[in-house]
Amino acid sequence: MAISIDEAVPGPATDDAPAERRRGGRGRMVVEVLLLTALAVAMLFPVLWMLETSIKENRDVYAVPAKFFGFDITLDHYKDVFVARGGGQSDLSGSFLNSVVVAGASTVLATVLGVPAAWAYSRFTLKAKKDQLFFILSTRFMPPVVVVIPIFLMYRELGLIDSKLGLVLIYAAFNVPFTIWMMKGFVDEVPAEYEDAAMLDGYTRLQAFWRVTLPLLVPGIAATAVFALIFSWNEFVFAIFLTSSQEVRTAPPAIAGLIGGTTVDWGLVAASAVVFALPVLVFAYLVRKHLVAGVTLGAVRR
Amino acid sequence: MAGIEVTSLHKRYPDGTVAVEHVDLSIGDGELFVMLGPSGCGKTTTLRAMAGLERQTSGDIRIGRTLVNDLPPAERDIAMVFQFYALYPHLKTRDNLAFPLRAEGKPEKEVRERVAEVARMMQLERLLDRKPQRLSGGEQQRVALARALVRRPQAFLMDEPLTNLDAELRADVRTEIKHLQADLGTTMVYVTHDQVEAMSLGHRIAILNKGRVEQVGTPLEVYDRPASLFCAAFIGSPPMNLIEVQVEEGALHGPGGLVLTPPDGLPRDRSLVAGVRPEALEVTAPGAEDTVPARVVSAEALGDEIIYVVDHGGAADVRVRMPPTVRFAADDRVGLRHAGGTPPVYDTSTEELVA
Repeated sequence: MAISIDEAVPGPATDDAPAERRRGGRGRMVVEVLLLTALAVAMLFPVLWMLETSIKENRDVYAVPAKFFGFDITLDHYKDVFVARGGGQSDLSGSFLNSVVVAGASTVLATVLGVPAAWAYSRFTLKAKKDQLFFILSTRFMPPVVVVIPIFLMYRELGLIDSKLGLVLIYAAFNVPFTIWMMKGFVDEVPAEYEDAAMLDGYTRLQAFWRVTLPLLVPGIAATAVFALIFSWNEFVFAIFLTSSQEVRTAPPAIAGLIGGTTVDWGLVAASAVVFALPVLVFAYLVRKHLVAGVTLGAVRR
Repeated sequence: MAGIEVTSLHKRYPDGTVAVEHVDLSIGDGELFVMLGPSGCGKTTTLRAMAGLERQTSGDIRIGRTLVNDLPPAERDIAMVFQFYALYPHLKTRDNLAFPLRAEGKPEKEVRERVAEVARMMQLERLLDRKPQRLSGGEQQRVALARALVRRPQAFLMDEPLTNLDAELRADVRTEIKHLQADLGTTMVYVTHDQVEAMSLGHRIAILNKGRVEQVGTPLEVYDRPASLFCAAFIGSPPMNLIEVQVEEGALHGPGGLVLTPPDGLPRDRSLVAGVRPEALEVTAPGAEDTVPARVVSAEALGDEIIYVVDHGGAADVRVRMPPTVRFAADDRVGLRHAGGTPPVYDTSTEELVA
């Protein structure tokens, strides 16, 4: 089921076009490379700058003209992310821990609810199935920020304001529709005959799902969960509206909170941003095979 | 072992599609029963209803003496082999075979013994540690059969199990299934759209069309006396020639002066069609005894036989099966004569056998 990039992307076709056309092709290629390079620089420069700032001494951060090379390297900013100035845990490290808890719990919740739902939508004939699926998808049509005020009021009534549970629930609510849609595609790819066979082999329908279909869905679940995790990890708007105390605040609003006041410790901002970006990169790297499998879904001949 | 009784089966899907209109079947204990029909005739739905994978809208299904209408598939004590084999791709052959035994909660020692036994029987020993992707189509099919066998069920249901094999292998596995069924004496219901498979395997064949049973009979009964025009056109390759006939002077007269022996008890007042197998006709030199003049439209030399398409002045050309020693070319003038016994005769309005 999993396909690596090498398999999924066809190799270069042998070029036996006449020389004239090949020259035209080369011209086009030069333009393409130039455009892509410009794009890459524009996209990667902020990342590079963030990395550089996170390891510069404070005087080099404010140096005019800016120093690209030849500055002294320090890891003090990274230390500051985790360790408070006077010793002990820093506020930021608590926020990172909150982020881990909230993103992890909401992803688990969305997966536990979404995968069986996707299976049901794939396997069973339901009344108005298409309408239901459209309704589920429609919750993702508007930007989430539209509902932030009503959610805030509801949460205030329910006592969920400024609680991790509140964030977990709202993130799971946004991730469940996505999980259902993405997982339905994966479940559709697993022939229903496997479950039929398992049921005839003596298992109930749920056991058949658990023992046969679920193991085959693991790559799909991994890919879906990573997307859900990235959404929950990165979410900023709800986090800043629904939480206020240091004990509950997740990393994105906490990092944003570093900017402002009389002086801004840009080295600390950059270091915490790097720390914040790392888990997502690592996860995406770990499941990259499955992500490609998810992207090339349907290209596999049955 | 047990027989299977299907009474007044009807299956209608929520969207209004009727998959099975009305099916009555009585499958004997130890019988190899084939359900044959074109796609969409309801044969697979009937089989899935027997398996418990579909719930019929109305009608009863009994396996042995048990009414199984409301039993889940797991409790019906039947095994099924699927068109796509449905081997669990994440399990090795060994674990695929053990899967139904583990469902029953058999002790691991017995599981191992019975897997070894069935692997020996189906010659799968060297494949036990491979996963399904590393098996060829024929090997996968044998594993699927073994998985059905390992539980020693009351009946086997086979849903077009040979469709995905190439032609050569298909004949081998067909023979294997036939022997296996004879050795074990298990009831087997076999669904196919391939009439050769049906004829060569079945003790009895049921021909289904549009959700109804058109005919049930032994392969030869079905071949010699198809119960309806549909069966007549479906069984046999090339199919039966359907020749419009009139009853006159105690004989059947077809177009161009072709004369056939009439069966007894023919109604006179209806328009009739006689079903004549290609091998019940002969192409001869023009003007031979008892022949009518005809013209060869085309000849298909198949090696062991030649199929002549012959125009004898009827509404449709007829097909004639001749040994390869008889050679005519297209456009040759020839004689055509009926050489078989009494043909079955059908009413064109009801499309059913009248005599």
